[in-house]
Amino acid sequence: MISFTLNGKKQQVDADPAMPLLWALRDLLGLTGTKFGCGIAQCGACTVHLDGQAVRSCALPVSAISGKAITTIEGLNSDLGEALKAAWKAHNVPQCGYCQAGQLMNASAMLANNPNPSDAQIDANMQGNICRCGTYPRIKAALHDVIAQQPAEG
Amino acid sequence: MTTKIENVSRRNFLKNSAIGAGSLVLATGLPGFNLAMAAFPSPIEGAGVLNLFVAIEADNRVRIVCHRSEMGQGIRTGIPQVLADELDVDWSMVDVVQGFANPGYGSQNTDGSRSIRRFFTTMRQMGASARMMLEQAAAEKWGVPVDQVRGKQGYVHHVSSDRKLSYGELASAAAKLTPPQTDSLVLKPASEFTLIGKGLAPVDIDDMLDGSAVYGQDVQLEGMLYASIERCPVVGQKVKSHDKAGAMKVNGVRDVMVMPEQPDAPAFHPLNGVAVLADNTWSALQGRKALKVEWSDSLHQQHDSANYMSTLVERVGQPGKVIRTRGDVKGAFDGADAVVKATYQVPYLVHAQMEPPAATAVVSEKHCEIWACTQTPQSTQQNVAQALGLQPEQVKVNVTLLGGGFGRKSKPDFSVEAALLARHTGKPVKVVWSREDDIQHGYYHAASAQRFEAAVNKDGSVVGWLQRTAFPSISWTFTGTVDEPQDGELSLGFGDVPFAVNAMQCESQKAEGHVRIGWMRSVSNIQHAFAQGAFVDEMAAATGKTPHAMWHALLGEDRIVDPTAEGFGYGNYGDPADVYPIDIARMKRVLDEVVKQSGADKSTGDNEGWGISVHRSFVSYVAVACKVRVEQGKVSVLELHSAIDCGTVVNPDRVRSQQEGSMLFGLSIALMGEISLEGGKVKQSNYHDYPVTRYHQSPMIKTYIIASDAPPGGVGEPGTPPVAASVVNAIYHASGRRIRTLPVNKTLSV
Ligand code: FES
Ligand code: FES
Repeated sequence: MISFTLNGKKQQVDADPAMPLLWALRDLLGLTGTKFGCGIAQCGACTVHLDGQAVRSCALPVSAISGKAITTIEGLNSDLGEALKAAWKAHNVPQCGYCQAGQLMNASAMLANNPNPSDAQIDANMQGNICRCGTYPRIKAALHDVIAQQPAEG
Repeated sequence: MTTKIENVSRRNFLKNSAIGAGSLVLATGLPGFNLAMAAFPSPIEGAGVLNLFVAIEADNRVRIVCHRSEMGQGIRTGIPQVLADELDVDWSMVDVVQGFANPGYGSQNTDGSRSIRRFFTTMRQMGASARMMLEQAAAEKWGVPVDQVRGKQGYVHHVSSDRKLSYGELASAAAKLTPPQTDSLVLKPASEFTLIGKGLAPVDIDDMLDGSAVYGQDVQLEGMLYASIERCPVVGQKVKSHDKAGAMKVNGVRDVMVMPEQPDAPAFHPLNGVAVLADNTWSALQGRKALKVEWSDSLHQQHDSANYMSTLVERVGQPGKVIRTRGDVKGAFDGADAVVKATYQVPYLVHAQMEPPAATAVVSEKHCEIWACTQTPQSTQQNVAQALGLQPEQVKVNVTLLGGGFGRKSKPDFSVEAALLARHTGKPVKVVWSREDDIQHGYYHAASAQRFEAAVNKDGSVVGWLQRTAFPSISWTFTGTVDEPQDGELSLGFGDVPFAVNAMQCESQKAEGHVRIGWMRSVSNIQHAFAQGAFVDEMAAATGKTPHAMWHALLGEDRIVDPTAEGFGYGNYGDPADVYPIDIARMKRVLDEVVKQSGADKSTGDNEGWGISVHRSFVSYVAVACKVRVEQGKVSVLELHSAIDCGTVVNPDRVRSQQEGSMLFGLSIALMGEISLEGGKVKQSNYHDYPVTRYHQSPMIKTYIIASDAPPGGVGEPGTPPVAASVVNAIYHASGRRIRTLPVNKTLSV
């Protein structure tokens, strides 16, 4: 039995310690907003926050989350998370939508760490999240909107 | 299409007499509508079902069926948007209901970029019919002639008084009326459209952003088992023996089942294999790793894609089967001052849509229910019924959202797998494809070689044109024997070459099948538009023209091109040539627009270059301009511009998003897409070795929509074909290097 915090609430899960968090979330806890795209940390569809950092849940065994805080797309309701969702809506970003939970989780962790990333930093951060539908131009526009709303540094 | 609209709720009162009497909602000669599988159970308590597509509840909520599959193109917005406009309701009143598989809706095959162009008029008629029934109900209530009432924005108004009734108040009375005859329906003039032409947001956007949207992979049923299947590495192999002991020891594994052996022609059948069923996906995947399977020999286990490509290249160097000819081709080449020749190659490709296929099934003796991310609900229904020995009406197919489709999910093999496993276990079963399964057991886009030759005179005029193509046919997948491209595939950007050259010939060459070949976004247009668009640029260089001028010279005078007049069995995307002709003026308009808007005719910085191309597909016209920089053996794509003329536009925002997506899909093909085989097995397995365009590789993208009141054309696919040619042409203009073999990353890093 592994105990952790899931979207702000205490949670326990009875899983093989080697089971990736992705499958524990989806199959055992019924939180299917976190998506399966590759299973080998290549696509970003399964991105969640582990103590605020973006991680690929397909490559994270549940044994590694004991006592930690996990946030999934279902729990992304910080001010930043809401600002990102609003910008995603303003630009009608999603096509099929399947990658977007991962995109939002990755982007929100990036901006929480650094509210004013350079384009090169954004590229480095977002290139791990594939969108096969090709929503990148709109993700880019939405991200820049949110960054522009952030208070300037210093 | 003639459409006869019938009232479902009324028919329900007629019970037996109406069902199966052949009186259809869409009188298109298809089998009858199955009421048991209507999206609206009829009658709905307190609501009025006005026809198959519209029900209005007493509280004024308007429920509209979308019978096509949503895979990112925005059809769950577009279809209801058209209907709601003619019904004349406010968009905020509308709830979208996903239709089950049901032939009564007409075709539900969400492919071929045809949802809007095939259903634009039908949806308008469904909306207008429902509105007229509401108007009639109001007129009867008030005892006034029907021409004195008018439905508008959810209310029927009496024009000469201030009386009004909401649609919701009228719905149940209206539902008892006989729908108007199709020829008496009054459709709005375009000037009165309130929703058609608006960039409405996708209806599922909130669910997509908070994680609540349900895709095929997300379906969960009580007591469900999760299945992962070890499939034959080479098409045609059968399970010779297997050892399940290791798998059964894995925690959570419940069962192992050998899939029923399938016929040799792959068609839509599951591949031969062994399934592991478990309490969760992880256990199923672990159990599968512990399986031992020995495979029989297959005819295809020598298949090597590199050797195969050499064979195709050799064949397109030899005379082939003539499919279209004009003028004295031999004379033109013999008498010309020079001949320009080039051979182009495109490898096998795979869809790699973000969501791997998944389907969930529950089977009892006389019934099966499926939940799947399918582009083809009716084909799913039929194939599942056949596999289980049921009638199609005994199979209910629920269509989830699709995490991308691109043609992969037109094949119902994964739903058949789920159904067979659910019957075997007696429990609900979800079949989960992994990414490796998706890349290694796909329905691949055909590998191809093409030869282009042009006879040129000293004055720069092109007097002869020869093009030859070779690729394995999709028909091989269904027959196991067809060994050359078929007219349907040659109709996609090859036999419909629109050029005004006096002597011209199109030929095809043989190519045997060794892997499952399937449709992938824009299908054979991919290789045809690549080779043709790249060769036009080579012709420009050979004749000293700008690429833009070369395109104009080849396209010639404004006119309608009819490939059937020159012997070719041209398909025109299944659409009539009089409504959707090949119109040279429209090709030139998109070309000129994209050049003007992008500045592709202007000079560039050092090591930079523009490339252009134009192509008609799915009866729409797209021109692309691409700007690249080539430095130290690396190409960076800086800008992609497209102009599209797709006739009448329903939702301009979704047209733009489809242009963005289809161009980036084309960019992945151009830069990095390649499936290769050795020993009949696919070498790639996941996104690390089958890369697709990523965030940092995505250029600035601009889309220009040509205003048009022509009938609606395709949107999901036409943006893909011209991209690869524009990219290699830009690379040539930036670096002097001609790339004729895709993907580009064989030659330059990307
Ligand atoms: S599913 Fe985890 S990165 Fe792709
Ligand atoms: S929106 Fe479909 S994969 Fe990103």
